[in-house]
Amino acid sequence: MQHTLPPRLTLRGISKQYPGCLANDDIHLDIAAAEIHALLGENGAGKSTLMKVIYGLVKPDQGEILWDGLPIEVKDPAHARQLGIGMVFQHFSLFETLTVTENIALALGNEAGELNALAEKIRAVSEKYGMAINPDREIHTLSVGERQRVEIVRCLVQDIQLLILDEPTSVLTPQEVDTLFITLRQLANEGCSILFISHKLNEVKALCHKATVLRAGQVSGECIPADEDTTSMARLMVGDDTPISTTYPKRQGSTPLLKIIDLNRASPDPFGVDLKHINLTVNAGEIVGIAGVAGNGQEELLASLSGELPCQDERTITFAQTPMGTQPPDQRRQWGLAFVPEERLGRGAVPEMSLTENALLTGFLTGMVSKGMVAWQKAETFADNIIAQYKVKTAGRQAQADSLSGGNLQKFIIGREIMQNPRILIAAHPTWGVDIGAATAIHKALIQLRDQGAAILVVSEDIDELFLISDRIGAICDGALSPIKPTPESSIEQLGRMMAGDFSPSNSNERVNS
Amino acid sequence: MIKLEPRGERSSTMAYLSPVLAALLTMLTGLILFTLLGVDPVEALITILYVPISDTHGLAELCVKTAPILLCAIGLSVVFKAKIWNIGAEGQLLMGGLFGSYMALQFIEVEAFWVLPLVLIAGVLGGMCWSGIAALLKVRFNTNEILTTIMMNYIALNILLWAVHGPLKDPDGYNFPESALFGDAALLPILIDNTRVHFGMALALFAVVAVWVLMSRSFYGFQIKVMGMDTGAARLSGFKEKRLTYFALLLSGGLAGLAGVGEVAGPIGQLIPQISPGYGYAAIIVAFLGRLHPLGILLASLLMALLYMGGEMAQISLGLPLALTGLFQGMLLFYLLACDVLISFRIRLKPKKITTSPRLSTLASETQG
Repeated sequence: MQHTLPPRLTLRGISKQYPGCLANDDIHLDIAAAEIHALLGENGAGKSTLMKVIYGLVKPDQGEILWDGLPIEVKDPAHARQLGIGMVFQHFSLFETLTVTENIALALGNEAGELNALAEKIRAVSEKYGMAINPDREIHTLSVGERQRVEIVRCLVQDIQLLILDEPTSVLTPQEVDTLFITLRQLANEGCSILFISHKLNEVKALCHKATVLRAGQVSGECIPADEDTTSMARLMVGDDTPISTTYPKRQGSTPLLKIIDLNRASPDPFGVDLKHINLTVNAGEIVGIAGVAGNGQEELLASLSGELPCQDERTITFAQTPMGTQPPDQRRQWGLAFVPEERLGRGAVPEMSLTENALLTGFLTGMVSKGMVAWQKAETFADNIIAQYKVKTAGRQAQADSLSGGNLQKFIIGREIMQNPRILIAAHPTWGVDIGAATAIHKALIQLRDQGAAILVVSEDIDELFLISDRIGAICDGALSPIKPTPESSIEQLGRMMAGDFSPSNSNERVNS
Repeated sequence: MIKLEPRGERSSTMAYLSPVLAALLTMLTGLILFTLLGVDPVEALITILYVPISDTHGLAELCVKTAPILLCAIGLSVVFKAKIWNIGAEGQLLMGGLFGSYMALQFIEVEAFWVLPLVLIAGVLGGMCWSGIAALLKVRFNTNEILTTIMMNYIALNILLWAVHGPLKDPDGYNFPESALFGDAALLPILIDNTRVHFGMALALFAVVAVWVLMSRSFYGFQIKVMGMDTGAARLSGFKEKRLTYFALLLSGGLAGLAGVGEVAGPIGQLIPQISPGYGYAAIIVAFLGRLHPLGILLASLLMALLYMGGEMAQISLGLPLALTGLFQGMLLFYLLACDVLISFRIRLKPKKITTSPRLSTLASETQG
C-alpha cells in the first residue's frame, strides 16, 4: 500500500558549493512516511549541509525538493515548520533562565497561544511519548538529556511529518539512548518520518529502517542497516583505504604520577558544575578514561588540572609527590605536563597564527626561547617534525592553523604535546569531530606514549573510544567522580549507570563481553 | 535589505593595499570637495600635499611633526596587537609634557649633562603613570579601557591647563599662561643645523626598531600577540595576562609621554596650553593605517604629519578652514575601515522578505491534512 504513495520527502540532485568545498554533490534521497532513515557519514561528509537544505537554512545551488510528491522550495525554517518539518540540533538553542514552556512558546512564535494551554499540551505530549518533563522547570536546572527532550517536545507540539535529529545520542548515556529509541519508534509507528543523522553504526543498525551513506559530499551507498554488518557500513563511510578497527593490549600502571586528593571547587560560571570530593590517581604507563555527558564538571576538572583554575591547597593535586595545586599552567608544563584541550581552535591553537607560531605556543619551554628572544629556527624545525611525524596534511609550517581540517589540526596539537615527551598527558575529547583515519592515528600515538611510561588521562564523551584505549575507566556525573575500575572488568551498561550518577558497588556484577 | 557576506578567502595583498586605496579615495573625495568649495582642486591638492615639503625647510618641519605622531603610534601598535584599546595616547602625551616640564623647570639654571635625561625620564614616567592607571583599573576591576583612557584624556588636559595657569606659570611672564623658558641643558639637541629637527626624531626611529624587534623576535612580543588573538590559548599556555596588560599599556603610555616631553623640550621649549594639536588621536589612525606594522606606521605617520602641515598651508594660501586637517584624517580612517570591510566581506542586496505565496500555503495545509 505504501508503494502507491509518493515518498514524504524526496531530494533530487541537490548540490551546494561553498568557497573551496563542494559540500553536497548531486544528492538523491527518499524518505517514506513512517520511515526512520539514517543519514550516515563522517565529519565533513556533508550531512549538516544537507539537513540545513531540508530545513530551509541553506539554499541549494542545484536540485529539487519534493514534499509528498510535489516540488517545493523551503524558504526558511519557519516555512519548514509550517510544512511539518521539525529539527533538533546538536547544540540546543534554549534560554537558561526561562522555563520549558516559555522556551517552547518563544520557538513557536504566534502559534504558541496561551501559556497555560501550551503547558498542558507539553505535559500531554511528553507523557504520551514517555519523555517526562515538567513544563514549569527552568532550563538551567535540567540535565543535557532533559534539554534534548525539550527540543524534541518543541517539535512534537506542532503537527509533525518529518523529524530531523542531528547526532542526538552524542549527549546521552547509553540508558537514555534506549529511552530515546523507544520514543522514536513510537513516533514512526504513528506515521512520522524521522531523519536520524549519526556516525554511530550500532545505533543506526538498531533503530533505522534504511540508511543513506555520504562520503565527501556524495552518496556513497544506500542500505538496509538490519541486513548489513557494521563493518560494511563503515567501509561505505570511510572508503577502502582507511583501516577501520584495531584493538590495543591493556596495561597496568605501577607508580602513581598524577594524584588528585579531595578536590572541591565551586564553579566560577553561575551555570557551571561544582566539583565534589574528587579523588583520582593515574599511574605511569596507563591510560585512565573518564566518561560523562557534557556539562557534568569535565571543564572544571580539566581547568583545575591544567592550572587555569588553581586550587586553594597545593597538596590537592600532586605530580609524583610534587605539590602542584597552586601552580600556574607554565610551571606545570615545566614539570612535564602536556595538555590537549577540548577546543582545538581557540585554546589548543591560535586560528590566525602559523603552525610554527602554534608550535611555539606550548613548546616554548623546550629551548625555543633564550634570553627572552625566540629562536624561530628551532620552532620551525619543531613544527616541521610534528608535520612529518604525525602526517599532518598542510601546505607547510607557514600555513595558518584555521586553514587545516579539524582532524589534521588535532593531529598537529596531539603531536606538539607528545613530542615534548610529557610525563603526564591530559587529553579532552581527543578525537571529537575527527575522521576515522585521524582518530586511529591519534589513538596509536596515545598508546605509544603510554608504553613509554607516561601517565595519560583521557576525558571523552565517546564511550567506544574510552573502552578502546583506556586501561582503567570511570565516569563523572554532576561534579562527582565514580570509582575507577580496570576496563576489562567494566561494561558499557555499568558505565552508563555511572554516567547517570549511580556509583553504587552493586553496579558491578556483570562482566564485559568484548 | 543589505547584507554583508564573508568572502571566505582573505587576501594578504589586499590587506596591505587597503591603506593605499584609502589614501587615494581620500584624495579623490578631497578633489570633489575643493571643487564644490570653488577652489581649483588640483592647486589645492598640490598646496596640501606637495608645497609643504617642496624645500628642505619643509622636509625638516615634516620630521618635527612626524616625531610625536610616530612615537605615539608605535606604542599604540603594541597595545592594539594585544587587543587593548588605548585611546588615551593624547592624555598620556600631555602628562608626559607636564611631568617633563616640571622637571625642566626645577633645573633652569643648571648646566649639566644629566638634566636632559632626567627631563626625558620624567616625561616617560608621566605617560606611564597615566596609562598605568588605566591598566590598574582594567586588571583589578575589569574596567573597559576604551572608556577610562578617553576620560583620562580630559583629566590630563585639565590638569595641564591648571598647572600652566597656576603653579608652573612663569612669574615673570606678564600673566600669560606659559611656563618660563627651559634652560639649554633641558632642551633636546638639534640634529641638523638651521632646522628644528631635534633628537626626538632619532628617539622615535629607535623606538620603531625596538618595537619591531620586540614584536617579531622576542617571546614577550609573541605572548602579547597570542593574548590579543586568543585569550584562551594564552591562559592555557600559562602566559601572565595581567603582567602582559601592564607591560603593553605602560609601554605605549611611556612612548606617548616621551612624545609629549619631546615637544616641550624640543620645538616649543616651554610648557604652553596647546602642546599637541591632537597627535595622540591622529596616532590611532596612523597605527591602523600602518597595519600595526613598524614600517607601515613610519610611512603612515609621515603622511599624517604632511596632512597637519598641508592643512595649515591651505589655510594660509587658499583661505580654507583649518578644520580641513581633521576632515582629511576622518576621511582617511573612514575609507580605511570601509576598504577593510569590503576586502573581507561582499555586499549582498537581499530582496525584501516575500510573504508566503498562496499556492505554497495551501500546499502546506494540504500536506498537513
